[in-house]
Amino acid sequence: MSSVISLTDIRRVFSMGDQQFEALKGVSFDITAGEFVAIMGASGSGKSTSMNILGCLDRPTSGRYLLDGLDVGGMPANQLAEIRNKKLGFVFQGFNLLARTPAVENVELPLVYAGFHAKERRQQALIVMEQVGLAGKENNHPSQLSGGQQQRVAIARALVNHPAVILADEPTGNLDSSTSEEIMNLFSSLNRQGITIIMVTHEHDVAAYAGRQITFKDGRIISDSLTGPARQNGQTA
Amino acid sequence: MDFIQTLKIALRALRTNKMRSFLTMLGIIIGIAAVIAMMAVGSGASYVISQQIASIGSNIILVIPGSTTSGGLRTGTGGAQTLSSDDAKAIMTDCPSVAYAAGNVRTSGQIISGNMNWSSVIMGGTPELFEIREWPVVSGRPINQQDEDGAIKVCLLGQTVAENLFGSADPVGNIIRIKKIPFTVIGVLERKGQSPQGQDQDDAVFVPLRTAQRNLVRSQRTGIVGSIIVKAKNEEVINKAESEIQALLNQRHRITNSKEPDFSTRNLSEILAVAEQSAKAMSLLLGAVASISLIVGGIGIMNIMLVSVTERTREIGIRMAIGAKTNDILLQFMTEAVLLTMLGGLIGIALGAGGATIVSRFLGWPTMISIQSITIAFFFSAVVGIFFGFYPARKAAGLNPIDALRYE
Ligand SMILES: Nc1ncnc2c1ncn2[C@@H]1O[C@H](COP(=O)(O)OP(=O)(O)OP(=O)(O)O)[C@@H](O)[C@H]1O
Ligand SMILES: [Mg+2]
Repeated sequence: MSSVISLTDIRRVFSMGDQQFEALKGVSFDITAGEFVAIMGASGSGKSTSMNILGCLDRPTSGRYLLDGLDVGGMPANQLAEIRNKKLGFVFQGFNLLARTPAVENVELPLVYAGFHAKERRQQALIVMEQVGLAGKENNHPSQLSGGQQQRVAIARALVNHPAVILADEPTGNLDSSTSEEIMNLFSSLNRQGITIIMVTHEHDVAAYAGRQITFKDGRIISDSLTGPARQNGQTA
Repeated sequence: MDFIQTLKIALRALRTNKMRSFLTMLGIIIGIAAVIAMMAVGSGASYVISQQIASIGSNIILVIPGSTTSGGLRTGTGGAQTLSSDDAKAIMTDCPSVAYAAGNVRTSGQIISGNMNWSSVIMGGTPELFEIREWPVVSGRPINQQDEDGAIKVCLLGQTVAENLFGSADPVGNIIRIKKIPFTVIGVLERKGQSPQGQDQDDAVFVPLRTAQRNLVRSQRTGIVGSIIVKAKNEEVINKAESEIQALLNQRHRITNSKEPDFSTRNLSEILAVAEQSAKAMSLLLGAVASISLIVGGIGIMNIMLVSVTERTREIGIRMAIGAKTNDILLQFMTEAVLLTMLGGLIGIALGAGGATIVSRFLGWPTMISIQSITIAFFFSAVVGIFFGFYPARKAAGLNPIDALRYE
């Protein structure tokens, strides 16, 4: 099977004034469609930095990034926005929902920017909300939802555009252990339906839901192994 | 992203901070209201002046007696009795640029009809007077040359006098007493309205000049007129007519370089045209001053939009992560700014129009609200939104998605 993501010698250097800091020091890995990958590592090891690059929110200083076979490197900002919209779904630690906006409209948002009509947007949003177990909460504002429910809204929003990959940076970081379990079960079931998931986490029991663990240390990958109970659609590179 | 969605998002953002949105709009509301009200007052004034120009008649030159020195006493302008009926006739026959000239006298007195009485202005004038003033009768007949030559005791009534003496009945054919002398009413003049000086021009009775000179006014010599009203043949020759009159009267009155003229001429149309010009300039000036407050309002919009962009940095980050393009964000904030100013503009137009109406009702100032000024104000408010909304919107659209997402 083909790689949905292929990173080759990715480096990311941050410069602050005259100081330079290399957060990623040559990272390479491939991810095959259908994989569920957990990225682990100590704080400051470069996990979020690589997720931002994977999510086309940030550009590497050097190296090559192929997403779904497309070289993302030289693309202009508007094209990257379109890629984020069509090929990627984001789930953040802090949920990042629009306040004072009904759940269903949060879920619809990617479709708004994709140019769908109101009727079709609503239809699609309701389908994914049902899928993530939010039936009946469509009109609640984020402040009227529990943390777990808010994260489900975020997952529904990530799913609604049928992306190639879902990127989740510490999706359970703000949730208690039982809610974390619910969310991870949801991810597992989505993965079983064939959705590629890349997730950053600090917790081993959360990482255990994934079929592959990549561990970072000081901007480098120190281990990359197949583990866990989750179904594997592909092999590691 | 479709326009309706953009509008919805903008409306939601404005609703979220109702008080702030309103206060931000207030600058525009006041600015637009001021512009509308000022333009209404200004154009009302120039409209009234142009009406008055029309009511006087066009291309009018007024000849009035100048000051004379008699026995060491100098009379004021217009006080002397230096102009005569013959002067008027000479102007009409000898000045090629003059169409009509009419000598007239003016007095006031009691007018009695049956048991009704009314105090009014009494004007004596030759038939040309009504040609010059472009003032026809609405019933009966005008004063004609026979009335004038025979010094017949006939009169024309202004509308105000007719109403006060006869109510709704037709006065034509009735006998009235002017300063106790009986006159036959031969006609009623068309309504004329206020003069430039604010007098009711319809509150007057007109008699043939010679009749007035013989019976109603006292003078040192016969044939004296209070003033001569002249109509030039057309607008182009009005200045020429004025100098012809001056030359003719200088000759007739034996005015030399060493002797001060005993008359003066006034180009009425010119005076009023100047007044109209200055009223127009005034309304422009008022509008310009008022539009400064619009600019101040615009700066307020810009300020609040900048605050709003900072506050909503995270929202912008989320939208960008999810696929909003630079233009989507730009358009969203521009829409918000323009919506603010256009809403403010609409409220301002309503307030300005209301204010102008109140001013005209309670202060009695004439005001005129034109569709033109409303359209200009509305477009201006939109332009203010576009102009002052652009910088904050560009700032929002230029944000880096990760920085925006991380923003606390
Ligand atoms: N914008 C930036 N400017 C400068 N340095 C940065 C920037 N972003 C990240 N870094 C640095 O890069 C390193 C990696 O950061 P990163 O956010 O990827 O860590 P992380 O692995 O996600 O850690 P955590 O588990 O705490 O989230 C850190 O040392 C951080 O200080
Ligand atoms: Mg991190």
